[in-house]
Amino acid sequence: MEKGDGLMALSCPECESEVSPPEPVRQHEVLECPDCRAELEVIAVEPVVLALAPEIEEDWGE
Amino acid sequence: MTGIRAGILGASGYIGGELLRVLLGHPRVAAVVPVSRRLAGRRVDGVHPNLRGTTELVFRSMDDVSPCDVLFLATPHTQTMDMVPGLRSVAPCLIDLSADFRLRDPVVYERYYGTVHTNPSLLADFVPGLPELYREQLEEADLISVPGCMATAAILALYPLSADGLLDGAVWVDGRIGSSGAGSAATSTNLHAERSGAMRVFAPAGHRHEAEVRQATGLEITMSATGMPEVRGAQVVCRGRLSTPLREPELRRIHREHYADEPFVRIVAQRRGLYRLPEPKVMHGSNFCDVGFALGDDRDVVLVAALDNLVKGAAGNAVQCLNIRMGWPERLGLAFPGLHP
Ligand SMILES: [Zn+2]
Repeated sequence: MEKGDGLMALSCPECESEVSPPEPVRQHEVLECPDCRAELEVIAVEPVVLALAPEIEEDWGE
Repeated sequence: MTGIRAGILGASGYIGGELLRVLLGHPRVAAVVPVSRRLAGRRVDGVHPNLRGTTELVFRSMDDVSPCDVLFLATPHTQTMDMVPGLRSVAPCLIDLSADFRLRDPVVYERYYGTVHTNPSLLADFVPGLPELYREQLEEADLISVPGCMATAAILALYPLSADGLLDGAVWVDGRIGSSGAGSAATSTNLHAERSGAMRVFAPAGHRHEAEVRQATGLEITMSATGMPEVRGAQVVCRGRLSTPLREPELRRIHREHYADEPFVRIVAQRRGLYRLPEPKVMHGSNFCDVGFALGDDRDVVLVAALDNLVKGAAGNAVQCLNIRMGWPERLGLAFPGLHP
């Protein structure tokens, strides 16, 4: 998908909100979803594929 | 200076103090008239020390109040209902922060407040002071009744799903509240030695605000409440069951559809960071209500909301209603974003 201003419109794999990375998009680049704030890694560039970046969970209650 | 004249009855309490703080900084309010039976003649900054250097105001007695454009009633539950008829000649618009005109049904009022409602014929004339649900009615309202702090949080947490008929059966609301919610009276409950560090389940079921949440959402609500070792803040965790299975992105979309244009509701349901769900700690002094969600197993859903109990839970919300009633921009006087850390 292309948008008129040169930004790409992608969907966050976590919350399905729109993510628009500035171009050019590079392999292994990490982006933040503006909505759910998940860290997203660019795992492919042609076409661009985003995946959740790995993270460490915190536990406040054990 | 042009602007309105705003009176505050019960201006010496914590909600009265917040009304003073917000109204003294409000660009369209030219004069604030603070009324206190107990402290008439004394300086306002004596009981509200945060206002030192910002005002020379002195509390007045009720006999001393000349007509105002709006009157805020930060007066006690069960006493305010007797005052309202006599106040209508003082100001054309009354904004009540007590509980006395929140519930439509006087029988329900009596059950939750333990006393007969003395002005039941006025109940239907009050518009609930909750802009997110009643904005259009507030534009014309002369009598406004601001909901309780935890009720506001719970209603805003539940509303996107309840309005769309997406909740099935009973909803349990677990409310947590800071000590300022208990008011400024020197009772034994409020002794530091008794209160400090306590996480007291003061209402294991049937908290008063549940009647308001039930009325606004139409849901079967049971509400518990716990006093937390904090001064400000209220948070609700609501557990219910979805009437139809939903995925998290769909929940997010539903929330966005309801709250996208709301100036004081933020959707907080994040995957990362320290503040993933609504948290009162970063909302002190702000008029925001943050709402968030999480899915459990099967169709279990958890809805969370947080606010400053004295601001969006009372005084700030009341001023937001005033802004709407006057046709002013809704954010006027309410732009403070809270503190971090
Ligand atoms: Zn996302």
